[in-house]
Amino acid sequence: MDDDFERRLKQAQDRRAPIKGPDRSLGASAWGIGTRVGVELLSALIVAFGIGWALDRWLHTSPLFLVIGVLLGGAAGVANVWRLMAPKKGRGSG
Amino acid sequence: MAEASTHTIDALGQFRLHHGWGLIGKSVNFTQSNAWMIAAGAVTLFILVYGMRSRAVVPGRMQSLAEVSYGFIEKMCLAQIGEEGRKFFPFIFTLFFFVLMGNILGLLPFAFTYTSHIAVTAALAIMVIVFVTIVAIRENGHHFFTEYFFPPGAPKLLAPLIIPVEIISYLSRPVSLSIRLFANMVAGHVMLEVFATFILMLSAAGVLGTIGAIGPLAINVILIGFELLVAFLQAYVFAILTCIYLHDAVHLH
Repeated sequence: MDDDFERRLKQAQDRRAPIKGPDRSLGASAWGIGTRVGVELLSALIVAFGIGWALDRWLHTSPLFLVIGVLLGGAAGVANVWRLMAPKKGRGSG
Repeated sequence: MAEASTHTIDALGQFRLHHGWGLIGKSVNFTQSNAWMIAAGAVTLFILVYGMRSRAVVPGRMQSLAEVSYGFIEKMCLAQIGEEGRKFFPFIFTLFFFVLMGNILGLLPFAFTYTSHIAVTAALAIMVIVFVTIVAIRENGHHFFTEYFFPPGAPKLLAPLIIPVEIISYLSRPVSLSIRLFANMVAGHVMLEVFATFILMLSAAGVLGTIGAIGPLAINVILIGFELLVAFLQAYVFAILTCIYLHDAVHLH
């Protein structure tokens, strides 16, 4: 009984201590991965499209920033997906 | 389909807002969405307060539920954010249970799912991203801007490319956070509604139709189980992504 308590106490103390890198796999079913990638790509595009459109409206340079924005948005979407899917070790690319 | 003209598929009607609480509700725009938010808070409080009422060494059912939910979020905070995660426990806990209760209570018959409105999920996501940004600036000062949006060691030549991409990527977080939750909830409830309407349409078509209606009924039974899973999973994803963002804010990757 005492041993058991000691063991659990140690477990509880260990739980306070460790700092591991975050586990970014949010349950990996094929459907889950698919929707996640889709949402990441889409949301980056939406944001970039919005920024580009707003800049164009403000500076009257239509369609310059929209075009740049969509290109950068696609890149940002890929960066998002890479950050989600990249192998855990050697994280730190961006 | 001729008989079915009375039952048209109205899959989106369930997301319409209605005023509650009579005249008072109308004047302050109190809708069923708000009512279910209050219900979600009340249920969460009830589980915690009523569950911990006995403070038994060997927990009963309700106390176990309260303890498990506390332990679950605490573990998530510590594992994802690190030792600093303890500070953010109340925030993550509230966020998780607000979303979880919205998803689960919304599955009850006649209930309204407030997480199926992008206004609600977007408000939550904006709250998260503003909070994360404040934490990042408080913890790291100006390093946040220089290191987060332009990682040290990257070639200077690429700065005009990397910085906008990083900014867009950062700003896309609340968008993806809110779209994911909202889309999952809407898709699930639309599917339930469509198959439920199939049951009505088929059963209106005589004996053969009534037998045929067993099909969509069975599908709906399976879908409800699936939606319970999605309800939990989406709340979990929302909370854990917030944790990951907080980790990035505290540690700058």
